[in-house]
Amino acid sequence: MAALLEVRDLSKRFGGFVALEGIDLDVNQGERLGLIGPNGSGKSTLVNCLCGTLRNETGNVHFDGLAMDGLSAHRRARLGLARSFQLPRPFPSLSIADNLRIPLLYVVGARPGGGLGEAALEARAGELLAMVGLADKARRLPGDLTQIEMRKLELARAMAGEPKLLIADEAMAGLSPTEVDDILALLAQLNEAGVTIILIEHIMRAVMNFSERLVVLVAGHKIADGKPEDVIRNAAVVEAYLGQ
Amino acid sequence: MRRGDKGSAARENVAAPAPSAARRSATFLAAAVAVALLAFLAARSVGNDYVFFAGYVVLQYIVLATAWNILGGYTGYVNFGTAAFFAAGAYSSVVLHKLVPLPLVVHILVGGLVSGLIGLGVGYLTLRLRGVFFSIATLAMAVVMQTLITNWEFVGGSRGTYVIRPAAVPIVGDYIQYLFLVMALLAALAVWVARQIEGSRLGYGFATIRDDEVAAEASGVPTLRLKLIATTVSGAFMGMAGAPYPYYVTYLDPASGFNLAYAVNSIAMPLVGGTATWAGPVIGAILLGSIQQLATVTISSALNLLLVGVILVGFVIAAPNGIMGLLQKRRP
Repeated sequence: MAALLEVRDLSKRFGGFVALEGIDLDVNQGERLGLIGPNGSGKSTLVNCLCGTLRNETGNVHFDGLAMDGLSAHRRARLGLARSFQLPRPFPSLSIADNLRIPLLYVVGARPGGGLGEAALEARAGELLAMVGLADKARRLPGDLTQIEMRKLELARAMAGEPKLLIADEAMAGLSPTEVDDILALLAQLNEAGVTIILIEHIMRAVMNFSERLVVLVAGHKIADGKPEDVIRNAAVVEAYLGQ
Repeated sequence: MRRGDKGSAARENVAAPAPSAARRSATFLAAAVAVALLAFLAARSVGNDYVFFAGYVVLQYIVLATAWNILGGYTGYVNFGTAAFFAAGAYSSVVLHKLVPLPLVVHILVGGLVSGLIGLGVGYLTLRLRGVFFSIATLAMAVVMQTLITNWEFVGGSRGTYVIRPAAVPIVGDYIQYLFLVMALLAALAVWVARQIEGSRLGYGFATIRDDEVAAEASGVPTLRLKLIATTVSGAFMGMAGAPYPYYVTYLDPASGFNLAYAVNSIAMPLVGGTATWAGPVIGAILLGSIQQLATVTISSALNLLLVGVILVGFVIAAPNGIMGLLQKRRP
């Protein structure tokens, strides 16, 4: 069976700076993949290229058997590729419930037979909020939320589009250990339901617990790809993180 | 849990609104038309034609402010070029008048079409510009269009052109009364369209563009297409407001058609009233429009923009969300 996500020879430059070079990556259906790397190694740039926010100069991305090249970000979202942002980017003028209404209207609603009536929209947004524990804040604005609630909203919005693949870009940065466990439980629950997950994270405890496979980016190159316990013993990875 | 499959992304189906929503929207349209007719009857009962001349301008500003707000308030793209869209409507009316004079309603439709297409074109050309750069581009567009019209002999060039309007219209009576009635109905239509957009899928999409375009795309919102819809609808209503203008003034020159006052007022009115809902531009237009008309009669016509400026500064400092914002804050 072909992989759900296939990345071949992907490169991205910003002017003279090479952010990513020759990235090859396969992610299988149902997999839990951890993506790590030092700051500035190109993790978020890779996410942006996969999701269509940035355009890669070379290489191509296949998702669910379809070529993604040239497709806009909203098209990719509708095909089942969802992402959360490293720094939460809610819609500040819309209530928490209405933040979730957007992907329900524009991702789910754009699929054949996906159009939801007013009652169904309310119900679905309510379910998602209950799932992340924000049900009592449905009518509040994102500005009223705490940091962890904001990250939960970010995940809920990504999940609302019923994705096949969810890329969680540092969904746990700055959270306390129990809050990290909350988010991990949420992601594990999603994965159980069949969603493939790419977790980008600095918190090694979370990455090691969650990931079935670990990929390491350093300075725009993929330097390791394999079982987590093997990867962290890999000499190149140790060198990248700790120096010689 | 998953429903996505291939080939589905291309389709853009609009979920049918619930019957109750459809009924509410029909009720609103009926109410808006009723208010327009009431305004007409009220103006008639005064028995002075000046009421129609002054009222027409206020109604025209309701259309312009509402149109501006569809782009500026809902999607957050500030258009400084209202005068260009307005004048495009007015001058397409002049051209029609010179070639084949048709009923006023047809002129309005043509004016709307012309300005809507200009809106679409401006949208395409300025898509990559955000914030203040978009605003500067619209201002530049207005200057370019004014130069083109000034050098177009057929519509009178810089000298301007006379448009002789019929003295009266059957049933309604005096032509100025007819113009007032038409503009009142157009205002009702514009407000209804704005309200329709607000609660719809389109309105939610517009709000996400205003809030965060990158996050909007990630949530499936086709930002490019929605921005084009906004510039087109907004431009079209501005053109429709401008189409009857030559018949109102009977003499149109570029300086009056492209008057800065249109750009300033159509921004100031929604800001004073509140940009979040359809009611804001209406309140702002009635308030500022009436004050301007009163000042013109009682003090001087040169005072208009000064008044607008002072009021706007006051609101920006004391009530940045406009009158509607103040009202909503009061609510528990």
